[in-house]
Amino acid sequence: MATLKVWNMDKTHILQTHGRDWLYKMMLIRHFEETAEQLYASGKVHGTMHLSAGQEASAVGTIAPLRPSDYILSTHRGHGHCLAKGGTPARMMAEFLGKNTGYCRGRGGSMHIADLETGNLGANGIVGGGVPIAVGVGLSIKMRRTDQVVVVFFGDGAANEGAFHESLNMASIWNLPVIYVCENNRYAMSMPVTRSMKVERISQRAAAYGIPGVTVDGQDVLAVFEAASQAVHRARAGEGPTLIENLTYRYKGHSKSDQQAYRTREEVKEWQTKRDPITKLRDRMIQAGSLTAEEAATMDQQAAEEIVRAVEFAEDSPEPDPANLLMGVYA
Amino acid sequence: MSTREITYLEAIREALQQAMHADERVFLIGEDIGVYGGAFGVTRGLLDEFGSERVIDTPISEAGIAGACIGAALTGMRPVGEIQFMDFVTLSMEQLVLQAAKLRYMFGGKATVPFVLRTPGGAGTGAAAQHSESLENWFVHVPGLKVVMPSTPYDAKGLLLAAIKDDNPVIFVEHKLLYRTKGPVPTEMYEVPLSRSEVKREGRHLTVVATSLMVQRALEAAETLAQEGVELEVIDPRTLKPLDARPIINSVIKTGKLLVVHEAVKTGGFGGEVVAVIAGSDAFDYLDAPILRLAGADVPIPYNRTLEYHAVPQVENIVETARRLAGGEV
Repeated sequence: MATLKVWNMDKTHILQTHGRDWLYKMMLIRHFEETAEQLYASGKVHGTMHLSAGQEASAVGTIAPLRPSDYILSTHRGHGHCLAKGGTPARMMAEFLGKNTGYCRGRGGSMHIADLETGNLGANGIVGGGVPIAVGVGLSIKMRRTDQVVVVFFGDGAANEGAFHESLNMASIWNLPVIYVCENNRYAMSMPVTRSMKVERISQRAAAYGIPGVTVDGQDVLAVFEAASQAVHRARAGEGPTLIENLTYRYKGHSKSDQQAYRTREEVKEWQTKRDPITKLRDRMIQAGSLTAEEAATMDQQAAEEIVRAVEFAEDSPEPDPANLLMGVYA
Repeated sequence: MSTREITYLEAIREALQQAMHADERVFLIGEDIGVYGGAFGVTRGLLDEFGSERVIDTPISEAGIAGACIGAALTGMRPVGEIQFMDFVTLSMEQLVLQAAKLRYMFGGKATVPFVLRTPGGAGTGAAAQHSESLENWFVHVPGLKVVMPSTPYDAKGLLLAAIKDDNPVIFVEHKLLYRTKGPVPTEMYEVPLSRSEVKREGRHLTVVATSLMVQRALEAAETLAQEGVELEVIDPRTLKPLDARPIINSVIKTGKLLVVHEAVKTGGFGGEVVAVIAGSDAFDYLDAPILRLAGADVPIPYNRTLEYHAVPQVENIVETARRLAGGEV
């Protein structure tokens, strides 16, 4: 069975180099998600949303080894992926409020944010919808003879879609530069993974495709970064795809309709207090002496302010003109 | 431009071959399209000519084929996918309808998804209910997709070359019974523009709008009726979506009568759309008979030869219906 080459990384050095950037990005995502929820509660949002608070390390740590020219395919819970890949909070927030200045000119909303300029080929409203598309992106990279890679994010629910099998099989037989990143947040809407699959780890399924599969503590951004780096290295070297399973947790409900009857408050509380990815990284950096508590507080404040400015931009932006309803249906 | 007689199948193959020579972004992907040459032989020889990187045999994974086309198209390639039988598009529907068709619009008009999905539809080969479907109207119903159905070798080549150049996802529906039909086709590359209906035969008594194989059957019917002094005007939309309705409207203004013929089942079929367009157009005032549709029976295609024959419109059905309609008996 194929295994992922693991090399020891100098964790102290990595944290010194990237720690602040990652911490800030995770704080930015958290503030984005919390602000999105508040905007929804205050009646300013027309549609629904799927918040990724709690899953920030998976987004930031996975995308950190990517180059600007690399691609990602995201999910319905995709705000963090977009921000981590270099998306602008203001244009995301504008899209969230359905404004003409949004990434999709108000046509897509939260579930369809795409930023082609940063290589984000789009969030996706269909569970597993982006997974077969990754095959085509991988093929295209191979045929264009670039050394780009594509990361396709999906959830534990998507791993039970038939398209998952088709995609992993095709990418593996053709050694495509695709990194499959399963964000296993334990529930497909309400269905726990323990009831929806017989295997213990989704990464075990990699064996069926003869590719490496690894399960990672998705709340530890450094662990996520390490696995992603090695998978990216493998993909760039033409050795083929990898299946990574980031064990993570979403703090909020699946979407706004969720009464969360399938899990306890205690469980949510435990993840928030003991395994929060932002707290984890901050404490680690403070312990290592590469950050002070005051500096962390300042960064958090800056992230909050960036999101406030994003909301201002979004609220001041014009609505799309109904005269342009059909714009963009056809090229 | 020199022209010679080749088959519909050869015309499609030639279009693929010339497009691949002209543009290195064009590649083929589908089941058994390489060594096997495609279930109907359309891609025969192309593997030898272009190699396995550009003529890609896939596992039996129709969603994967569609996804591969979408992802490659999104990132700068111009794939031509093949779904072996049109019935099997059911296994790719999510990717085609929810992804390919909508990505551009959902992303605010930023993305382009230029690919062609070729697939043979139609009954008449004894392949029964799961290998004989005509599902084109499912795609007509989806904004963002284009739907093309050639009826002649000339149109097949020109429309396919235009479809490959088009920046939208195009569902290109071939017909199994047309593959062996012959017609004049120029050797050079040329395009038949999408969304351009064509009058295939002029006549003054009755407008017949037909698609795919039914165009050939309507033309045969027109030949028969011409001997009785009844002149059918046969129009082939060629692109079902977006539809070029003007030539149809103009024709009905001239003839005052309309018959629509297609092989797909009547209920919810493309004919209803044509009828509605005419009923809502300036041709309405010129109608002097009810509008009729001849279409497939509302039945899964049966295996038995006789039953299969009766499940889809035949030349004599068109002759009989057109005769009554043109003769004022309806």
